[in-house]
Formats: sequence, structure tokens, C-alpha cells
Amino acid sequence: MHDTAVLLVEIGAVLFALGMLGRLGRRVGLSPIPLYLLAGLCFGHGGLIPLSASEEFISIGAEIGVVLLLVMLGLEYSASELVGNLRAAAPAGIIDGVLNALPGVGFALLLGWGLEAAVVLGGITWVSSSGVIAKVLGDLGRLGNRETPVILSVLVIEDLAMAFYLPLVTAVLAGLGILGGVQALAVAVATVAAVLLVALRFGNAISSFMSVRDPEALLLSVLGLTLFVAGVAARLNVSAAVGAFLVGIALSGPVAHHATEILTPLRDLFAAVFFVFFGLSTNPADMPAVLLPALGLAVLTAATKILTGYLAARRVGIALPGRLRAGLALIPRGEFSIVIAGLAVASGLEPKLAPLATAYVLITVISGPLLARLPDYAWFKAAVRRRMNATRRPPKPLPAGD
Amino acid sequence: MRVRVEQTPLPGIGVRHDLVTSSGRTVGVVSHRTGRRDLVLYDVDDPDASLASIPLTDDEAEALADVLGASLMLGQLAGLRQQAAGLLTEQVAIPAGSMFVGRRLGDTRARTRTGASIVAVLRDREVIASPGPSFIFEANDVVVVVGTRQGLDGVTAILAGENGG
Repeated sequence: MHDTAVLLVEIGAVLFALGMLGRLGRRVGLSPIPLYLLAGLCFGHGGLIPLSASEEFISIGAEIGVVLLLVMLGLEYSASELVGNLRAAAPAGIIDGVLNALPGVGFALLLGWGLEAAVVLGGITWVSSSGVIAKVLGDLGRLGNRETPVILSVLVIEDLAMAFYLPLVTAVLAGLGILGGVQALAVAVATVAAVLLVALRFGNAISSFMSVRDPEALLLSVLGLTLFVAGVAARLNVSAAVGAFLVGIALSGPVAHHATEILTPLRDLFAAVFFVFFGLSTNPADMPAVLLPALGLAVLTAATKILTGYLAARRVGIALPGRLRAGLALIPRGEFSIVIAGLAVASGLEPKLAPLATAYVLITVISGPLLARLPDYAWFKAAVRRRMNATRRPPKPLPAGD
Repeated sequence: MRVRVEQTPLPGIGVRHDLVTSSGRTVGVVSHRTGRRDLVLYDVDDPDASLASIPLTDDEAEALADVLGASLMLGQLAGLRQQAAGLLTEQVAIPAGSMFVGRRLGDTRARTRTGASIVAVLRDREVIASPGPSFIFEANDVVVVVGTRQGLDGVTAILAGENGG
């Protein structure tokens, strides 16, 4: 029983430390994600405070954390939003994918890490953090801005693209080769299409299985269904995360609303454990060596994200300040990049990938929200105005639907 | 004249409604999926950016909608006011103690006695336009009256339950 006592002490200490860190982060207006990663680096192998008894618990908690992150992401979107948004936002999504995945792919190839690592690193640099960006937009009071729908639709496309990308990566990393990857992709495409169709047509029927009146039953049934589907998806090499995401999309109406409410605290708990776990699996001693490459990659992909936002906002007739706001807001990478890196680490790919991903996410998730604030400063506005006057382009009239 | 209200979905957050006023300013409301809502005012120099985003509670939004709804009613009457100089519009509340609470509009004989017309009644955030003589008043109804200054004062006095002169 001595082990159980140590387990409780360790987990209690870790969670308490995270709580204090989160409080500190809120004070200085920082997202908790980088703090949790740093905490993970401090604990465990090569860190300041080694955790021994609770490692297994934390690794299972991290699994659940990923599943909860994704199911909540799915709950945020309704199937009609995903489909309705698709055609209008697809060009922006493609620009986003090409501009931001390629630097990661090229970088991995340049370092001679091989094709598999290139696919993984491309994903890491591609996906912005929906969670961090939505929070930053809310904090800065930009939800009403005209460029905000552009930013959000890029995020939606990225999240939807993950439903196809994650199974592909899972299959590639499982050593199933190109054929296995194609097969997993086909299964994923069919599943996503089926879920979207069912959610569009019979969303209410699925949701009516679950009672909104009884919070306890709702919590257990939603959580149970999510873990079950995630497990089945993992078995089929379609990635547990995607299974969870699909469950989130399939639920709609009041059930989705109430499920969001009751799952949020659980998600906060296990997502924190997940980020800590990722930090744990990185040896801080490996960090200094990858810091410079990570910084280079971060600068490069920050530039490509700014370009992405600029182009996407220009497409719908937004003026220069709005284009810059959109670009700068898209910089933070977060949970998805870590999820992708986590898959790679679990499969024992390139040992430098985890420290690089950690450093990269740390840099972008800290600098991103700070850079997003730039357009609100007077000197920045003045500089943009000077530039706009210098080019003397008459402002384009806004098209009817933005 | 109908104003065009544009609706823009905000995936994962909710929906935004906005409209451009004739003075060139853009006003919008961001309705969050969670039930929260923000009143948004746009920048004149940079029409893509919101200058202010004001969160409103349910009660605050309701109160604001009431105020706008009531003044809208009066705004529609403004045209009438311009056509006939000297004609005024006023909102008169029926006090709880008024003798007309529970009685018909026709019983006030307001038009006959004062020359002013009751053109609408505001009740529970609803506008009841052109009520007929058989309309029954309730306590806390607000009556919209059109007439001369004298006529309006007369109606106010009648509805207060005094002996209208």
C-alpha cells in the first residue's frame, strides 16, 4: 500500500503546483499551456523533481486528456457549421496547409530525419491552436471584428483536416507503410463523411438517447461513449483523437451544450495532465541543442502564418490592418501540435522530435498572443496608416457577405 | 424603410449580427453559443475592427431592447410630427391607482375631451398599435398619445384618474 501513498502524494503535489502556475499565468495574461509544458520538463527524467510511482497514472491520464480535448473540440462545432463553412473557407484552408506544413516538412528533410518525421513535423507547424486563439480573440475583444470569421474558418478547416491527417500519421507511424496509410485514410474519410451525414440528418435522434435532465447520467454516458469510440478508432488505426472528435460532432443541441458544461472541468484536469506528460517525456538536457533550430522554425512559420492570414483576409475584402490582425492571431501552435508530436514520441520516432516540438510550441504559444496584441498599439496603427497612405490604394468596397 | 441586418456565423463561438447606420457607423451584436452576448461598435477609421465590445447580461440586453423598442415607436411617429407642426407625441404611464385600470379605452373618451389620440399601448415589452375603443387597460400600461400640448396634458390628467378638465 506504500506505493499508493506515494502515488497520491506525487499526483497531489503535481496538480497543486499546476494550479499555482495557472494562477500565476492568469496574472500575467499567459495561456497555461506553456506553463504546464515547463512543469512537465521540471518533473521526471533529468528534471528537478523525479516522479516514479505516478508515471503510469500520468500516462493514462494524458491519453484521456487527448480524448477529452478532441471531444470538446467536436462539441464546439455543429455538423452544419463544418459543412456550411467548407466551400467558402476551403481556399483559405488550402493556402494555410501549403504555406505552413511545407516549412515543417522541408525542415525535417533538411535535418535528414526521414520522410516519416517530415510528415509529423509538417503537421506540427501547420495547425494553429484553436483553444489559445479563441481565448486571445475573446480577451482582446475582437470577436466582433470582420476578420474574425476568417480566422475561425481557417481553424475549422484545420480541425477538420486533422480528422484525416491524424489517422494518416497514426498508420504511417505504426509502420503500415503507404498502403496502410491510404487504407487508414480511406476508413477515416468514410467514417467522417458518415458521421457528418448522420449528424446532419439524425443529430437530434442521437442526442435524444441521452437525457439532459440527469447530469450524472449524461456525464457517464457521454464520457463512456467517447472513450469507447476513441478506443475502437485506435484499434482501427484511425487514431483515438479522431474518434473522440467525431463523437463531439455527432452530438448536438441541448445535449452538446450540457455535455460541454459538465465535461469542461474534466477536460481542464486531464488536458493539464496531458501537457505535463508531454513535458515529462522530454529530457530538459536535450532542449538547449534544439532551441536555436526551434527558434528558426518558429520565426519562419510565424511569417508564413502572417502571410496566410493576410491572404485569407484579403480574399474577403478586408483592409490592411485587419489582414495583419488575422495573420498575427494565427501564430500560436498548441494542443494539436503536441498531440501530433505525442503520437510520434509514442512510436519511438526521431528522439530529437519531442524536444524540438516542445521548444517550438513553447516559443509560438508564448510569443503568439503577445504578437496578436501588436495591431492594438498606437505606433503600429500609425505605421500601417502611413503605409496605406504611401501606396495610395483606394480602399476596396466590402463585398456583401464577409 | 427596412434596414439590412447581416448575419455572420462564427464557428465554435456563435453568430454575429450587424448593421450599418445611415450615419455610417456599424453596430453589431455577437451572440455566443453559451448565451452570452456582446454589443459591438466598429471603428470609423478601420471598419473591420471593433472599437468596443460590451458584454451584456440577459437583463441588461432586455432593458436595452425595451428602451430601443419604445423609442422606435416614437421615432415612427416623428414623421407625423413634422407634417403637422405643433403636434406632439408623448408616452403616458397608467398608474396602478388609475380609475381606468381594467376599463375600456373608449371609457376615457380621451379624444372627444382633449382632441389627442391614443395611437399605441406599450405593455410587457410589446407594442400594441392602434388599440380600438374596446381595448382594456392594465396597470403599468404605457400609452402613446399624439396631440397638442394641451391635449397631451389633458390625457395625462384623465389617465391619472383625476377629473379631466
